[in-house]
Amino acid sequence: MTIDTPRKLTGVRDRVDLIYRGVTRSGGIIVLVIMLAIGVFLGLRASQAISADGFEFFWQQAWEPDAGKFGIAAVLIGTILIAIVAVSLALPMALGTSLYISEYAPLRLKKTLIGLVDLMAAIPSVVYGLWGFFALQGSIVPIAKWISQNFGWIPIFAVDGYDPNDPLSTTTVFTSSTFVAGIVVALMITPIMTSIMREVFSQSPIGEREGALGLGATRWGMIRSVVLPFGVGGIIGGTMLGLGRALGETIAVYMIISPVFVIQPHILQNGASSISSLIALKYGEASAFGMSALMAAGLTLFVVTLIVNFGASAIVARSRSGASS
Amino acid sequence: MTVFDTPIVNEESALADAAAHEPPTQEIHHDVPRKIHVMRVSDVLSISGAVAAALAMTTLIFTMLAPVGGIVGFLVVAYILFLVTYAILVSFDETWPIVRDRVFSVAVHTLAIIVFATLVFVVAFSISRGLDALPHLNFFTEDMSLAGPLDPLTKGGVIHAIVGSLIQIGIALAITIPLGLTTAVFLNEVPGPFSRFVRTIVEAMTALPSIVAGLFIYATFILILGLDKSGFAASLAISVMMLPIMIRASDVVLRLVPSTLKEASIGLGADNFRTMWKVTLPTARSGLVTAIILATARGIGETSPVLLTSGFTAAFNADPFHGPMVSLPLAVFQFVKSPEPSMIARGFGTAAVLMLLVLILFVIARMIGGETVAKREKRAQTRRRLWGAIVSAAGPGSALLGRGIARIGSRLPGGQARAAQEKLRSQISHVAKEAK
Repeated sequence: MTIDTPRKLTGVRDRVDLIYRGVTRSGGIIVLVIMLAIGVFLGLRASQAISADGFEFFWQQAWEPDAGKFGIAAVLIGTILIAIVAVSLALPMALGTSLYISEYAPLRLKKTLIGLVDLMAAIPSVVYGLWGFFALQGSIVPIAKWISQNFGWIPIFAVDGYDPNDPLSTTTVFTSSTFVAGIVVALMITPIMTSIMREVFSQSPIGEREGALGLGATRWGMIRSVVLPFGVGGIIGGTMLGLGRALGETIAVYMIISPVFVIQPHILQNGASSISSLIALKYGEASAFGMSALMAAGLTLFVVTLIVNFGASAIVARSRSGASS
Repeated sequence: MTVFDTPIVNEESALADAAAHEPPTQEIHHDVPRKIHVMRVSDVLSISGAVAAALAMTTLIFTMLAPVGGIVGFLVVAYILFLVTYAILVSFDETWPIVRDRVFSVAVHTLAIIVFATLVFVVAFSISRGLDALPHLNFFTEDMSLAGPLDPLTKGGVIHAIVGSLIQIGIALAITIPLGLTTAVFLNEVPGPFSRFVRTIVEAMTALPSIVAGLFIYATFILILGLDKSGFAASLAISVMMLPIMIRASDVVLRLVPSTLKEASIGLGADNFRTMWKVTLPTARSGLVTAIILATARGIGETSPVLLTSGFTAAFNADPFHGPMVSLPLAVFQFVKSPEPSMIARGFGTAAVLMLLVLILFVIARMIGGETVAKREKRAQTRRRLWGAIVSAAGPGSALLGRGIARIGSRLPGGQARAAQEKLRSQISHVAKEAK
């Protein structure tokens, strides 16, 4: 008895198909080349500064490239702190909003809300910066004060130079902080996170939803047992995308923070830093070597966001909704 | 008669009885969908009771027990107390899973309200502050080359920034739409290890920090090629930033096109290109338009890549290849750096213009992309049917007349079109008979 082996299929593509494939493939190649060139050129430009600085580049906090004393320790940690504040505020907001739109909102309102969220994702960052600087900055002081008074025993919420018992002490220590920048960035990334999460939630299989409801689940029970497990890839993917945007956000952060070049672990306190605002701040007066140092900082930011994104893709690819998020 | 027969006989007779005694059907009730998610009186009562109790308790805490003060503290404590009270109130009547359902429902609603209220506040704030500058017509017709920081709002405007933004985004779109869509099609239609690699790289690039895109163009275009800062350099920087966003979004949309449609097209003998052009892209049209518009809206609002590559000027410059060219977000950024109130007002006005531009883009996108394939196909079908009816009824002689009628018919909604079709058919066949 012979075992059936599948017949080998070979197709002959005609010329039209070959041309078509060639054209689309060349599009892919161009895009790939552009994307790889970003890393290559930044690396080339940055090599001068990094080779001059060596490993000190990762430990040094100050940024005085022309004095030979520069490093990304302070700005990198500042960037990450702002991003963490932003994501930890934006995640619950985006999750709540996307669940509301996909599960709770009345049908008539749904389309409007989806459009609104997409529109919000497109609002330029400079507008959020304006709002943060002119509207939020003043009204955030009592909140920051309240947190630092009640949770000041947690190191990151501590604020130096402010004594709640001294009525004359100034509250300006609470402005231009990592916290304020984080709130603004959180608002900027909430719509894009919401948009991705909602898209994934709305794709969760209708059969399973109805099955859960038919077995007597409440709406929240259905969400917890069907929608959230299905959409976990979208939640992580959306959050990571938001994190990537938060890490790279320039203008809004630049408008709000007052830059410092020491590690500033107190998020409520005046003075913060981020790599992108460092570049925006210094590129104008940078010498050739200073520019190379800035390129090195940009390269670091690039690598960090790449790692975040690859991590996100790896997680998302394993989830059920992965392919579509 | 055996024991086994008995039930059968009985059953049959019972069925016959039932048929005989069944009341005659009086009228057909059309099924009306039962209204679900109704709010019961007890729900309203427990929510309002919880609100009242939470407010009262928080007031008690803040005035008598622990006067810590602060409106934010008050709101936070009040909200937590509200959730707890509400859970307790619901638990009097309902089981634990339902209590959880109610509490999470309230929490989700609260979060959504917070997000939408804040975002609306952000927009409303910028527009209301911009209202000082917007009513002056010169704001839209003049540039800032002759207006200094101390000049009133009746002098100077942002026409240079509006034109600059439009030119830059135009060039960027001319680069990214063909390249982006081609790549997205490549990722979907030519699977293999290479396209998987490209997809991975593109996905990783979606979060490319915009300032890095600016740095890249600065490093290549300006430092290596030695060219000046210009509008074209800025468009390139924006393109680099928009490209991954557009590719990824269109890739997702194209992937959602049912493969049965494509297989049907290939099976009917169409080649790959025709399948893509006639089946895949039209099916994904609304999603693709959304992808393009979202990328455009992000590109038009980016400040940081433009900051590094376009230079800054207060004068009008419509030539993207020579001289610095300013765009709207960059103008906002430069305006609000100034301490002068009139410059800050100009900054807010410019921001309002920028948002208006984004809004217009969005409305256009909704209008183009909102039309679903089904809707378009239905319209085309109506048109074809009318056309067919007219031709078969009146013969080729009245083709010209028929085409006009079909065109009118295609603009009517389905029901009306059918009615019109019937009417036309009877009229035309009548005319045709008389002609014979």
